[in-house]
Amino acid sequence: MNLNGKKITIHDMSLRDGMHAKRHQISLEQMISVASGLDAAGVPMIEVTHGDGLAGASVNYGFPAHTDEEYLRAVRPHVKNAKISALLLPGIGTVPELEMAADCGVDTIRVATHCTEADVSEQHITKSRELGLDTVGFLMMAHMVGPEKLIEQARLMEGYGANCIYVTDSAGYMLPDDVTQRLKAVREALQPETELGFHGHHNLSLGVINSLAAVEAGANRIDGSAAGMGAGAGNTPLEVFVAVTERMGVETGVDLFKLMDVAEDLIVPMLDQPIRVDRDALTLGYAGVYSSFLLFAKRAQQRYGVSSRDVLVELGRRGMIGGQEDMIEDVAMEMAKAQGVQQ
Amino acid sequence: MSKINAALIGSGNIGTDLLYKALRSDWINPVWMVGIDADSEGLARARKLGLKTTHEGVDGMVPHMQEDKVQICFDATSAYVHGENNRKVQEQGSIMIDLTPAAVGPFCVPPVNLKDHVGKRELNVNMVTCGGQATIPMVAAVSRVQPVSYGEIVATVSSKSAGPGTRKNIDEFTQTTAGAVEKVGGAKQGKAIIILNPAEPPLMMRDTVHCITEDEPDQAAITESIQEMIREVQKYVPGYRLKNGPVFDGNRVTVFMEVEGLGDYLPKYAGNLDIMTAAGLRTAEMFAEEIINGTLVLQPEVA
Repeated sequence: MNLNGKKITIHDMSLRDGMHAKRHQISLEQMISVASGLDAAGVPMIEVTHGDGLAGASVNYGFPAHTDEEYLRAVRPHVKNAKISALLLPGIGTVPELEMAADCGVDTIRVATHCTEADVSEQHITKSRELGLDTVGFLMMAHMVGPEKLIEQARLMEGYGANCIYVTDSAGYMLPDDVTQRLKAVREALQPETELGFHGHHNLSLGVINSLAAVEAGANRIDGSAAGMGAGAGNTPLEVFVAVTERMGVETGVDLFKLMDVAEDLIVPMLDQPIRVDRDALTLGYAGVYSSFLLFAKRAQQRYGVSSRDVLVELGRRGMIGGQEDMIEDVAMEMAKAQGVQQ
Repeated sequence: MSKINAALIGSGNIGTDLLYKALRSDWINPVWMVGIDADSEGLARARKLGLKTTHEGVDGMVPHMQEDKVQICFDATSAYVHGENNRKVQEQGSIMIDLTPAAVGPFCVPPVNLKDHVGKRELNVNMVTCGGQATIPMVAAVSRVQPVSYGEIVATVSSKSAGPGTRKNIDEFTQTTAGAVEKVGGAKQGKAIIILNPAEPPLMMRDTVHCITEDEPDQAAITESIQEMIREVQKYVPGYRLKNGPVFDGNRVTVFMEVEGLGDYLPKYAGNLDIMTAAGLRTAEMFAEEIINGTLVLQPEVA
């Protein structure tokens, strides 16, 4: 694979996707310290939001230690060079939250929908462009459909005004060829000036190689997370990816050693559990299940005495998509009833 | 028995499903369907069933409303155009049952507050959203037992049953539903989430309702109240069922509902259509009864 001379933009997820791994309990001090560290390491984009995006605070996804507004206002003055982004899932977050994020000084809004439902993003993409923000359309669970469908959905978002489209492997299910096939197709279908991004999860330990495949297929924005802190077995571990890209001659503008230090000295001590491919995280990648279901399935196992792995496999079989955390408890209760487990 | 003539504005999923239910009503006689697309499947079905139709929007029907004695209109278009539709039909002296999330008029969730709308002479009532109709009765079932500080609903509908209006109005859906969780459901703070799931075969509508009670929940009383409320909803939506729960976890009370439709227009998985259209029709029937017995007199503003 020859990627020599390619320029890409790295986007750190540890303060958004990492919120899942921390059950949304990252403190303001931790947010500031990690964001400042990433900024000093030359990471050009940093996402800060509840794990499920703006207004994700809920019984369903978990109440965070602080509101999105508190996090964004705390972090913004400490980040000198990097752009700050906020995620928004239509159906959860709405335009007023988007406006709040803009008021807090975010540079980028990423509007995320399931890979077949791009037409719910029109209100938010339009508003974000109206506010003059860098606007990303983010197609989640992209392993569930083929290139043709992704092209159609990507074009919808581009048509609403997104200047960058992401193909998102929310389940960490894709193999490198799946990435190549999808990103190539979408790249060819979009306007040349529209950027293309890839967001991987490490559930099959393919985060790094899949991201390289994405760059080869024409992606110029790559998501990852310092120390991989993110849902499931984490995001593409950013310091590993940067080390590999540096050896391959890809320009990221990131200071590798400084990024390594953020991962090792700031993120790892924050973790409540190691970010690794444990049995359940592997099941996510193997069965194609939304990565943030991981900790909910573990809790359902504790409460209902059913196997978290079985719950995850069943959720995958039923075609559950991102945001359906409520179905984890529902499925666990049904399995417990079927097994005659006392509740 | 005489019936009140009604018009269905909007020829999409909701309008068409409502058409079939209205044709079975003892109080409502659907005479017009209004669309904006000459090739609309809903308009074709309405014509076949003997209704007058127009594809020129409300303006195409307004000149005929007096002569056809249209006194109740249902708006199943989108929040964006509801305001104009409402103004035009009210000028003709018609009541408006709003099935968009525009929320211009007061909210109506029949098993919870239909009786509050009797005798109020309201000319516009809002039916919240399908997710609201499916979940607010459960929030109310808890809040009538003891104070609920926070109510959250997660409505999951199959992608196939969510038409372009719903998709363009997704913010209005969450905002209007959350507002009605407070105002009608009785939660001090409301939150709503909607998920569109594209699985094939399509999934049946699912609704999860989380309430946080101020004090420790009275499990027996809440369980009984929920069961009673389910029976009320089942009177007009027979496929409204408790799938799991109530779960009691500290002060959290959670119920998992499933809504199976009658399959009038879309197949039975689309319970979200039924719960909305059945609630809208139930509300219209209450007004029709008032018009027929003379307690509600409607007059056009423009003679």
